[in-house]
Amino acid sequence: MDLQSQEAILKASQTHDKADLLVLLGSPDPESATIAAETVVEGDPSYAGALAGAQLGLLTYHVLEEEVHADIPDDVWEAQIGVMADVLEADALAETVAGFRNRS
Amino acid sequence: MPDVVISAATQVLAHVPSLARHGSKPRRELAKHPEVAEKFTASLRTFDQAAAYPPHQAWIGNIHPRQLPARPWMANSGEPQRRGRFGEVMPEEEFFGLLAAVDDFELFALSPEAAKAGAATLAAHPLAKAFDLDRIEKAAGDIEAIAGEAKALRLAEGAVMRCAQSDDESLAAHVLIDNLAAKATATLALLHLLDRSGIDPKSVDYVIGCGEEAIGDRYQRGGGNLGKAVAEAAGLTDASGADVKNFCAAFVPALVVASSLVSAGVFNRVAIISGGSLAKLGMKFQGHLAKDLPVMEDVLGGTATLVEADDGKSPRVRLDVVGRHKVSAGGSAAEVMKALAVEPLSRHGIAMTDIDDFATELHNPEITEPQGSGNVPERNYRTIAALSAAKGDIEKADIAAFVTQRGMPGYAPTQGHLASALCYTPHALDRLTTGDARKVMLLAKGSLFLGRMCQLSDGMSVLLERNGGG
Amino acid sequence: MLQGKKVIAVGERDGISGPAIAACAKAAGADVVFVATECFV
Repeated sequence: MDLQSQEAILKASQTHDKADLLVLLGSPDPESATIAAETVVEGDPSYAGALAGAQLGLLTYHVLEEEVHADIPDDVWEAQIGVMADVLEADALAETVAGFRNRS
Repeated sequence: MPDVVISAATQVLAHVPSLARHGSKPRRELAKHPEVAEKFTASLRTFDQAAAYPPHQAWIGNIHPRQLPARPWMANSGEPQRRGRFGEVMPEEEFFGLLAAVDDFELFALSPEAAKAGAATLAAHPLAKAFDLDRIEKAAGDIEAIAGEAKALRLAEGAVMRCAQSDDESLAAHVLIDNLAAKATATLALLHLLDRSGIDPKSVDYVIGCGEEAIGDRYQRGGGNLGKAVAEAAGLTDASGADVKNFCAAFVPALVVASSLVSAGVFNRVAIISGGSLAKLGMKFQGHLAKDLPVMEDVLGGTATLVEADDGKSPRVRLDVVGRHKVSAGGSAAEVMKALAVEPLSRHGIAMTDIDDFATELHNPEITEPQGSGNVPERNYRTIAALSAAKGDIEKADIAAFVTQRGMPGYAPTQGHLASALCYTPHALDRLTTGDARKVMLLAKGSLFLGRMCQLSDGMSVLLERNGGG
Repeated sequence: MLQGKKVIAVGERDGISGPAIAACAKAAGADVVFVATECFV
C-alpha cells in the first residue's frame, strides 16, 4: 500500500476510537484485496511502510460486500459502482476480505 | 470541419537489460536487499529472447495482438525477429550508441569499447545516415574516472551518466538518463516514420510529445518540450513543438490537439511522439523473480504518429466523436468508461457493436499478473462489454464474446502512456486500410491522483474511421 | 452498519476508486476521514 496512505491510516487509528473506524476497500481482485486487507489488519506484508508489523486490527470490508451494498442508497450505488459490481468478482472479493475480519 | 487523417504510425523497442536495475523500483529495492541483485541480474533476458517474445513481435507489427499464441508467451516464443512492419527491437549495444548520438550536453559517457561498438553497429543500421555518429566517438572517455565524479551514475560496465548540476535534483543523473532514453526511443520511432512514409522532413510543421518524462531544472521541473528536442534530433528543420501532459492518457488529447491544428488549418502536418519510461523498468520484478520468471520489464518503447489533412486513403480522425471524463463525472471505473466509450458513440447513434476494435489499456498481463496486479486489458474490456449490455446493445450472455471479438490481449510494456491505446495506433491503421475494420476506438486513461494535486483520474477517447466511409 | 462510522476509503483505480467509495460511505451516513486511490500500473 502507498506509504503515505499507511501513515495516514496509522494516524487515523491513533486519532479515533478503534470502535468507530471502518476500512472500505475497492480492490479489483482477490490478490490486491489480500494485500490491502492484510496491511490494515495485520500489518504491511512488504514491511515497507508505517504499518509494517502494526497489527491495527481495523474492521475492514470490501465495498462490494452485500452488507455494505445494503447500506447504500440505490441511486448512489448505481452512480458510483454501477456495472463494476458485475465486472469484478464480487463474491471472491467478499470472501477474501471477510476472511480478514474473522482473524482480527 | 475539414477531415484529418492519421497517415503513418511507428513504434520501436530498445532492449536494455543493463538499465533495468535503474528503474525506480529496482533502484530502491536492490539497494535495501543487495542479495537479490544477483538473482535480478541472472534473470535478465538476452536480446534474442526479448526479440522473439510474442508481445514484442505484436509491438513491432509482425503479428496482430489477436494472433498472439497461447500463454505462457515466455515459453511460446518463436524466432527472434529484429525488424517488424512498424519498427524494430534495437539491441542494447546499439542503443547506447544512440543515447550518445542524441546527447547534446555530453552528459552520457561510454567506454572506448562501448563507443566503438555503438558507432559501428549504428553505422550499419538502415537509417545510419540519420544518426550523428561523430558524437558517439566524442562520448568515449575514462569510464572509471567519470563514474568517480560527484553524483555520476554508473549505468553499466561501459556507460556512465553525469549529473548536470550537483545541487539540482531535477538535473540528477537518474533524471537525465530517464529523459535521454525517452528522447532516444522517440527519435528512433520518428526516424522510422520518416523513412517508411517517405515524406519530406521539412514538411512536418509541429511535433507534440505525449510521454510522462519530466524535463526541466529546479526552477521549472516540468518545463518539458520533448517534442521539439526530438524534432531537432530527427532533422525536422521546419518544425517546432510542445508537449501535452496527462499522465498515461496523454496520447489521445495529443492526437485530438494535433488533429484540431490540422483541421483548423494552423499546420499541415503534425507528428506526435513519445519515448520509453526508464523509471518503470523492472517495476514488477519482485513478482517475476518470485515466480522464477525473468525480469520482463527490460525494454523501452518509442512511438511516432503522423497527422495530416485527408489524403483520401488513411483512416480519418473523427473529431466529432471525442469522449472526455468531466470533473463532475463519478470516479468509478464504470463512470470513466461510460464517459469515454458509451457517451461519444451514443451521441451519434453509433452502437457499441459498430466498433470493430476498442483499444484501451493494453498492459501485458504476463508482466502484471505475477505481481498481483491482474489483467488490465481484460478488466477494461469487461467493463466496456458490461456497459454495452446495460445499454442494450448486446445481451449479458454475449459479454465474453464481445471481449474476444472487439478487445484483445495486452502486449505493451508497463510504461504508462505507451500502453494506454497509443500502441494500437499502427495496428489500427492496418485494420482500417488493408484489414476489414470500419471503426476503431482509442480510449486512454491516466491516474492524475498520483501527482497529489487532485483525487481524480482522467481519460479521453476518439473514434478512427475507415476513409471513404466507416 | 456505516452510519456514524469513521471510514477509511482505500480504493484502486482498476477496481472502485477512493472517491467512489467515499461517496457511497457518506450517503450511508458515515464520516469519511481518509480517501486514497491506488494505481499499480
